[in-house]
Amino acid sequence: MTRGFFRRHAEPADGNRLPPGQYLERGFPVLSAGPTPRVPTERWDFAVYGAVASELRWTWDEFHQLPRESITKDIHCVTSWSKFDTGWEGVSVDTILDGVELQGGFAVAECDGGYTTNLQLDDLTGGKAWVVDTYDGGPLPPEHGGPARLLVPHLYFWKSAKWVRRLRITERNEPGFWETLGYHDRGDPWQEQRYAGD
Amino acid sequence: MPATEWREARVAEVVRETHNAATLVLDVPSWPGHRAGQHVDVRLVDPADGYEARRSYSIASAPADGLSITVERLEDGEVSPWFVDVARAGDMFGLRGPFGGWFVWDAPLGGPLLLIAGGSGLVPLMSMLRHRRNAHSQVEARLLVSVRGPDEVLYANELPTTGAELVFTYTRATPEGWSGYARRVDRAILADVAYPPDAGARTYVCGPTAFVETVANELVALGHDPANIRTERFGATGGG
Amino acid sequence: MTHLDGNMAAGPLGDVFAREVTTAVATCAACGSAGPLGGAMVYGETMGTIVRCVACEQVLLRFAETPGGIRLDMRGIDVLAWDA
Repeated sequence: MTRGFFRRHAEPADGNRLPPGQYLERGFPVLSAGPTPRVPTERWDFAVYGAVASELRWTWDEFHQLPRESITKDIHCVTSWSKFDTGWEGVSVDTILDGVELQGGFAVAECDGGYTTNLQLDDLTGGKAWVVDTYDGGPLPPEHGGPARLLVPHLYFWKSAKWVRRLRITERNEPGFWETLGYHDRGDPWQEQRYAGD
Repeated sequence: MPATEWREARVAEVVRETHNAATLVLDVPSWPGHRAGQHVDVRLVDPADGYEARRSYSIASAPADGLSITVERLEDGEVSPWFVDVARAGDMFGLRGPFGGWFVWDAPLGGPLLLIAGGSGLVPLMSMLRHRRNAHSQVEARLLVSVRGPDEVLYANELPTTGAELVFTYTRATPEGWSGYARRVDRAILADVAYPPDAGARTYVCGPTAFVETVANELVALGHDPANIRTERFGATGGG
Repeated sequence: MTHLDGNMAAGPLGDVFAREVTTAVATCAACGSAGPLGGAMVYGETMGTIVRCVACEQVLLRFAETPGGIRLDMRGIDVLAWDA
């Protein structure tokens, strides 16, 4: 115990809006496992492949022909900061998977720079997940995952994979980058699922 | 006790260095000693809920002079304000180390020695200069310090006694009558200040990440061997 | 996102290695270049320690310490060498 030391951010929770162990952050911290990739939109594409009947692929222009949504959500990072009312625009994963014959119940998000994270399809569908390219009214900056990132706000933010390029559907759960290092497979902030075994 | 075990450090003395920085002289039982340039990890615990914050700080003291760290208060810092404004003699906190076998200098390594500091990046370099003085080393040393203004120069009174050539550049406010550098370190300043590329100098650069990157890149562009340039970037987890 | 220097991996990795790890020379499994880990690039902030090759930016090693324990992935290093 350190005399006179207290955590910086003792904000009272806004009703029940802060999950356990989280504090409200005014900024938008950047945390990365590697250098920021810089992919020009002319070279960007997004694909769904793996345990599917046939693969789907969109160029940047094709991606922008898909129906888009505006999303405002709270986000929660496993390192304890939360940010309320973050504003994004993009395409719902339900739209992306519309018409795709899925042959597996899991997915791995694969990203420029090599980052991966695993998700259950249950957590990606039903209006819970998007591929977003706009933040706070402007193009998603590279350090925050631009050109496009996955957004899965009901789970800890390491699941909202930056620089996402592929959704690989899998028959079995395949733990990704942080999950293989001891982080929780699913990551529900409301159950404080930070680490494996929580 | 291995460096990786947490121990209890006791604050023996707090010395205010500038309006936003302080040196804490520490007592750590069975402290094994350190090399100039190394750092320690600290751990503060909020008694209210056990919340733990960890940071890394460079050791300011020479190996022969016990253990002290210098901390600069960061504007939005969670830990640095405790060290600079709250800590007093008798306080205890967790500490482990020393760490770092790569960003170190001891006199037998020789020189000439080129030390380049951005703001509080001066701390580990000061440990090197203090060690050099203790060892009565004849190695030629030159220190380039980039700082916002004269009131933010750490160890201002001690620097002229180190025997190193001193070069300052101020990026926001200059001393009265100043005719020296008054801008961010760039290739032109480094071309003036660095030893010739073939002098075999050992270079240590420490400070905020952007500063270190610029300096290291420009030194290489000037023909300096990257293998002789050692860098320590202060990122988000170093200080704050 | 910029990185820290390999030196900053000394604390976390010191929990695993008995020898000073920042002076150990790592041969990158991806590009073959070799250098002291102290000169490599460190990412990951508070979640873990990710050390990347200065030459090719590929991952040399991944490390995290969680309440469940320590995990270390060194597939990115062919050989890690400490000279006598």
